[in-house]
Amino acid sequence: MANKNDNNSRPMMGPGARRHQFGGAPKMAKGELKKIIKRLIDEIFAKHKISIFIVLLLILINTGANIYGTLFLKDLINNYITPLINTSNPDLSGLGLAVLKLALIYTCGVLATLVQSIMMRFISNGALLNIRKKMFDHMEKLPIGYFDTHTHGEVMSRYTNDVDTLRQMVSQSLPMVVGSIITLVGVLTTMFILSIHLTLVVLVMYFLIMFVIRKLTRKASKYFIKQQQSIGSLNGYIEEMIEGQKVVKVFCHEKESIEGFDQKNEELCDDAKKANANGNMIMPIMNNLGHLNYAVIAIVGSILTINGIGGLNLGTIASFLQFTRTLSQPITQVSQQINSIISALAGAKRIFALLDEPIEKDNGFVTLVNINYENGLPLESETVTNHWAWKVPTENGKYDYVELKGDVRFFDVDFGYTKDKKVLNDVSLFAKPGQKIAFVGHTGAGKTTITNLVNRFYDIDSGKITFDGIDIKDIKKPDLRRSLGMVLQDTSLFTGTIKENIKFGKLDATDDEVIAAAKLANAHSFIMKLPNGYDTELSNNGSNLSQGQRQLLSIARAAIANTPVLVLDEATSSIDTRTEKIIQEGMDKLMENRTVFVIAHRLSTVRNAKAIMVIDNGEIIERGSHEDLMAQKGKYYSLNTGAFELE
Amino acid sequence: MILKTLKKGARNAKRSTIIAPLFVSFEALFEVFIPRIMALIVDSGIEVNNLANVYKYGALMIVTVVLSLTCGIIASRNAAKASTTFAKTIREDMYHNIQNYSFENIDKFSSASLVTRLTTDVTNVQNAFHMIIIMLFRAPFMLIFGIIMSFTISSKLAIVFICAVPFMLAFFFFFLYKAQPNFVRMFKKYDELNSVVQENVGGIRTVKSYVREEHQNKKFQKTAKELYQYSIGAEKYLALANPVVRFTMYACIVLISWLGAKMIITGEGGMTTGTLMSLIAYVTQILMSLMMVSMVTIMITMSKASANRIVEVINEKSNIVNKENPVTKLKSGSIDFKDVSFCYLNDKKVLEDISLHIDSGETIGIIGGTGSSKTTLVQLISRLYDVSGGMVSVGDVDVRDYDLDTLRNNVSVVLQKNILFSGTIKDNLRWGNEQATDEELIEAAKKAQAHDFIMNFPLGYDTKIEQGGVNVSGGQKQRLCIARALLKKPKILILDDSTSAVDVHTDAKIRESFKKDLADVTKIIIAQKILSIKDSDRILVLDNGKINGFDTHENLLKNNEIYQDVYYTQMKGEE
Repeated sequence: MANKNDNNSRPMMGPGARRHQFGGAPKMAKGELKKIIKRLIDEIFAKHKISIFIVLLLILINTGANIYGTLFLKDLINNYITPLINTSNPDLSGLGLAVLKLALIYTCGVLATLVQSIMMRFISNGALLNIRKKMFDHMEKLPIGYFDTHTHGEVMSRYTNDVDTLRQMVSQSLPMVVGSIITLVGVLTTMFILSIHLTLVVLVMYFLIMFVIRKLTRKASKYFIKQQQSIGSLNGYIEEMIEGQKVVKVFCHEKESIEGFDQKNEELCDDAKKANANGNMIMPIMNNLGHLNYAVIAIVGSILTINGIGGLNLGTIASFLQFTRTLSQPITQVSQQINSIISALAGAKRIFALLDEPIEKDNGFVTLVNINYENGLPLESETVTNHWAWKVPTENGKYDYVELKGDVRFFDVDFGYTKDKKVLNDVSLFAKPGQKIAFVGHTGAGKTTITNLVNRFYDIDSGKITFDGIDIKDIKKPDLRRSLGMVLQDTSLFTGTIKENIKFGKLDATDDEVIAAAKLANAHSFIMKLPNGYDTELSNNGSNLSQGQRQLLSIARAAIANTPVLVLDEATSSIDTRTEKIIQEGMDKLMENRTVFVIAHRLSTVRNAKAIMVIDNGEIIERGSHEDLMAQKGKYYSLNTGAFELE
Repeated sequence: MILKTLKKGARNAKRSTIIAPLFVSFEALFEVFIPRIMALIVDSGIEVNNLANVYKYGALMIVTVVLSLTCGIIASRNAAKASTTFAKTIREDMYHNIQNYSFENIDKFSSASLVTRLTTDVTNVQNAFHMIIIMLFRAPFMLIFGIIMSFTISSKLAIVFICAVPFMLAFFFFFLYKAQPNFVRMFKKYDELNSVVQENVGGIRTVKSYVREEHQNKKFQKTAKELYQYSIGAEKYLALANPVVRFTMYACIVLISWLGAKMIITGEGGMTTGTLMSLIAYVTQILMSLMMVSMVTIMITMSKASANRIVEVINEKSNIVNKENPVTKLKSGSIDFKDVSFCYLNDKKVLEDISLHIDSGETIGIIGGTGSSKTTLVQLISRLYDVSGGMVSVGDVDVRDYDLDTLRNNVSVVLQKNILFSGTIKDNLRWGNEQATDEELIEAAKKAQAHDFIMNFPLGYDTKIEQGGVNVSGGQKQRLCIARALLKKPKILILDDSTSAVDVHTDAKIRESFKKDLADVTKIIIAQKILSIKDSDRILVLDNGKINGFDTHENLLKNNEIYQDVYYTQMKGEE
């Protein structure tokens, strides 16, 4: 929830896009910083080693051209202007040549910049593409546990915020900083050569400027932290109240809602004013202190020249003054970029954390194959035969084929999502092929957990689960899951057409198969009413469909996958009883000859199950048919007569 | 239109909004003088070995710097004040207007989008506003002052600038023209990429149980690759900006060096070494400001979309407003629908030909499948929506003639998607009646069968409810919402599927207490569970937006097919 807005953030290009970042950058230990930078270079630049080298070279050329241009002023004045002033018939050919040489060097500089820009465009975008691909690829391999312990907003912000700051850094900050540092070194060296005296003055001035800036930044960052808190508080309030806007209307609470808002809005405005007033001042101060520097150098330089100290002359001062200007630019740039670099490194750290998450382990060796029966003997087949078997390797290098029937058994299963809290305790149960097993119980009693274990979203702590007599630990996860159909309470639809969404259950399904599956789930009629029928585009997780319609689609999806075992987790909870009755027939057909696990809060849904398990506190406390359990007059009986709340 | 609305946002900081650009212009003016003073130091100081002049002009230079610094600080402080106040004001305008929205207005935008508009979009526009009052003044002034200064030095050399400026401008306009659509396209792709990730994260269980990791991966890779291509395309022009600026700058410097040097040597036009130096400084200054202008323009264009979204919110007119001289007293809780029809924004009729009369004090149950418009029907009573045709009246007065607060305080609706707010239970209950005493709170809670579980919390009525009410169970939440609605002491009480998570016994107890304590209140109960409405005086059966039956339980069971259907499905095996 808190991160929802992150999803809407976009990269903003250009200067100022990431203003107000003072204090926003988290602190990192030096060693850690080093590690992250090293990894970043490995991860994203390793592929472009040669390009990076060329870019560095180009930056060098460009900086060199720039420095030469500034130095040229000295030559121009000392060699071509001063000696020639007041001479009759001055020889301008030397001047012409010098200018031509400058033009040539400048051209090299411009060309270097051009090539560098073009190359950087490919390098930075390529690096981002690479890291995005890597992240997604890795994410797909993570166990469900990762998604259960991290909010969606959190995972999303790896892709949005963190990649964005990285983008900012790779495409802008980094080249700028590298360029600035090279310029800084080049300019300072040249300045030292030109005049040690003046350079010392410049350095003293810059230390002074840095000191002032540090002071200001520290003060500003205090306010920026406060501003960040106010923003959080106001945004939280906005989110809560706007989400509940209809309730506000119903209770005529508009006035109170406004009062609360105004107060928080005012607070934010106060904090933001202070933060920005201090933060914004840095720019003109930086700028004008640069001018002050210029003035001081001009005065000191003039005094030195006139008094003949340090071998200064007019041309040198002119060049030196230009250099003073050039020098302030990289310093400003680096100081502006430092915050965005630090927050990008923090983002990189989070991205690497995602990439370092251990992926789902799979030690299975049993696979699922199609078989044909020839003379009563199973024979592996490349084509779809509608007969499935587990292919179990035997010790002598051959394979055994065990027919896939859908016999699922739990033996003394213990399980907890965390070490200290058991969710399932000593659960044993068996579902014979074609049986419908239902689970009822309170929220949090452990119903969904059982299905999480069958398809190995989580692994059990102790005990054993077998599938057709094979320990499910030995079955390859993809093969295990392919044999199980899941219809979950929250239907996930994906961007694309209705048809594509149904085909998600079987990618190579024909149109006829899609329609047949939709008819089975009773979804056909509503689909045909949509503007483009099966080709209607779903956007935004299918928000244009009702909850019930979405569930029908997810049933159709399970139908087309045609698996021997079916898990229905609150699959019909959002369908009203009348519609449920209509699709019952389809559901019955779907469940025919399949092992089915049903989790439902509506007891009418589970009534015809072969066996009903009443789960409480992770234990099966009652089991039996509806009639048996009603006769027992235990928990199931009281659930049915409504003495307990179900959700 | 956009500008007109946004301009109002500056009303609370008019002074700062004027001072900031004014002083920024002063700052630019002083800054432009600095190279000129430098020329004086060189020409009348160093060249002729005159230290007195160096001191004199040096002091002048420092004074100018201090002035420029002062103006800069004044400008930036005021800009901070202006832009933060601007953000505050537009946020305020938006939020206040949203409070006037009808349900239809809210549906039109969706809550999520309103939140984004109030947060992200405001930040974008605030940044743009700051840019406008600072950079959009500073840069052009630098440009103009710089050119003027150059002309005073040498009109011949200034021509060089004059040629460079249109060249740069032409390039920037071309750049904007070309880059804009590319950026729009890129952002769209970017949104698409995010939504692929988002739906994958949200639907990870589905992805994994169908073993579709590879499939999703391919989908992502395709989108990522497209984004890469679009970004490369969009940045094509951005990558040209820097080289072009450099090229222009270098060309100017080379030309000015050549021509300037020649002029000094030949003594033409009073050109001196100092003025040549200042001219070269102006080249950098002018072209840098040009680049600034173009960057700022890009940023402002980029925030245009945000500005549009904000203006939409501010200018949206609520379609449900008080009439002049509205009725402020509700006579009774009787309800009449006369030939009512209703359609949402998309023009599909969801209610048709609804005519019915409900007496004051009656208990009415409403039943019907998903999409039969039960919720819509009851929301017309408290004018959460206005009818599209026909008339709804309460206490024999058209609901459109009532004062909205009067109507809604007397018609209490417990919404289906109900929400508790962060705060204590007491705070939440008091939404129903600000002045309610503790006794009244307890009384209402008892009626809604909430008192017992509230007292079971260690802090009782002072228990804190977390945002979204996540720390109470669904059934408890529903009962708290009912208690909250009861505190209004309404004449009409509407429960829209409000006991779905409450167990049957408690549900029965709630209805019992309604019967006993709220005898003269008209009660309308929408439910999926037949048990919740079976005992009502009459039951309305809705089917596809039309009345299918409206009678007592016994009669419906005899005559109404839908009702029989629902009844027997739910009651099966429970006798």
